[in-house]
Amino acid sequence: MNVVALVLQAGLRDLSRNRWIVAYTLGFLAIAEGLFWFGGTGPQVLLSTLNLVLLVVPLVSLVFGTVHIYASREFVELLLAQPVPRRELFAGLYLGLALPLAGAFLVGAGVPFAVHAGAGASASGVVVLLAGGVGLSLAFAAVATWISLFTDDRLKGIGLALATWLAATMLYDGLVLGAAAAFGDYPLERPLLALMLANPVDVARVLVLTQLDVSALMGYTGALFQRTFGTALGTGVAAAALITWCAIPLVLAGRLFRRRDF
Amino acid sequence: MITLDSIRKRFGPLEVLQDVSMAVRTGAVTALVGPNGSGKTTLIKIVLGLTRADEGALHLDGAPADEAGAYRRAIGYMPQAAHFPVNLRVADVIDLVTQLRPGEAVDDDLARAYDMRGIGDKFVGTLSGGTKQKLNAVIAFMFRPSLLILDEPTAGLDPLSANVLKEKIRAVRGEGRSVLVTSHIMTELESLADDVAFLCDGRLRFSGSVAELLEHTGGGSLEEAIAGLMRTERAVRRASAPADAGLRLAPWLAPEPRGAA
Repeated sequence: MNVVALVLQAGLRDLSRNRWIVAYTLGFLAIAEGLFWFGGTGPQVLLSTLNLVLLVVPLVSLVFGTVHIYASREFVELLLAQPVPRRELFAGLYLGLALPLAGAFLVGAGVPFAVHAGAGASASGVVVLLAGGVGLSLAFAAVATWISLFTDDRLKGIGLALATWLAATMLYDGLVLGAAAAFGDYPLERPLLALMLANPVDVARVLVLTQLDVSALMGYTGALFQRTFGTALGTGVAAAALITWCAIPLVLAGRLFRRRDF
Repeated sequence: MITLDSIRKRFGPLEVLQDVSMAVRTGAVTALVGPNGSGKTTLIKIVLGLTRADEGALHLDGAPADEAGAYRRAIGYMPQAAHFPVNLRVADVIDLVTQLRPGEAVDDDLARAYDMRGIGDKFVGTLSGGTKQKLNAVIAFMFRPSLLILDEPTAGLDPLSANVLKEKIRAVRGEGRSVLVTSHIMTELESLADDVAFLCDGRLRFSGSVAELLEHTGGGSLEEAIAGLMRTERAVRRASAPADAGLRLAPWLAPEPRGAA
């Protein structure tokens, strides 16, 4: 086995037994199953789960990821002291964090839909919801990795992680709305589309909503997005944006990992 | 043999290592000593490639250390504190490091002496600090490295385990391999070390054999000799400090001038 696979395997073994990851899985499982239990139809459960995914997945990926990487610092130093290339070690460490997070979400949110056979929700909607959650897990795990390599101060790192979450899930939409109101006399369609693509939480929201017949929940930017791109192209554009959101922080974190002093 | 030539390292405004040149002889135990914050850990991290020197060169048996880190195949490292993922089993940790260094001869003397097989299925999170330190030592010695870097190796070990480790260090030296060890327990270093490198404020103040150090300082033991060096360093620093560089008292704490009342 190569270095990436070995370090990934160790990460999977470690985090699959981690109590917070288990609690995260069971939490999603309980909530999604609870929504079905209390009489929700498939599409209703899908929309409720989407709201939960957009808030909880970035929060857990950022905070758990940051804390986990800080806690692994000394073990990483021990691995770096072995004759292994930094690039491969970094890939193994990132995947060893991101895949358990994505897997925990997939099991927690996916199993209730599988058990109830979707309960009327469209298969494409469920698949895109799960794909969006996985994409958010991978993107925010990459951001968490970058944060914990950027600063050695744990408190500052956790503060940055929480600030990123707050900005991406709460403040960003408010700022976009404020900008739209303030510059309402100007043609804002293109800038607003660009602003939407610049936030992975918005991208995941629109990615899922383009699969569902719920235009009322799309919001201004979502409606604009669908009108501009249509459903098929819109899904492709949003998916590409989410992949870019995984790639950019990952590339930056990888560069930092290769160059920094431990 | 490992040699360091004119190593310099700066963290922001702080120059942590200033023109450090030294060698760790083959078949010798070299003690790296100095007060807290003298640059010992940074020097070790530079040898390991964890930290990059701003200037200077590192050679292992005459060959320059490569950027890719393949030279680390010749190094075994035991950090001061053992931090392994708590949800891995002892056997998982040993397997991981073994597979990261495929094809290398495995020395399981220490693993047998510490009965690592008996605790192979235990989770690291359930181990005591001393047992984690034993695992740390087992990993460092496992691949018969030609250079061992041991940072406070007996910290947290019970007397018997510490003794086993010291015997192993002597055996490694007897096989013609090199050991670079740091410790604040001078009596322990005295029983192990052939050479001493003394760092203070990032500068190498002494490098030579223990006998030379004792002769140089007139100390009866390594502890006395190092304490003497540290006292001299402190006196030199005080003498060279500007007169007003001392602690400044806030105006309301400063003593009132005579007759002011």
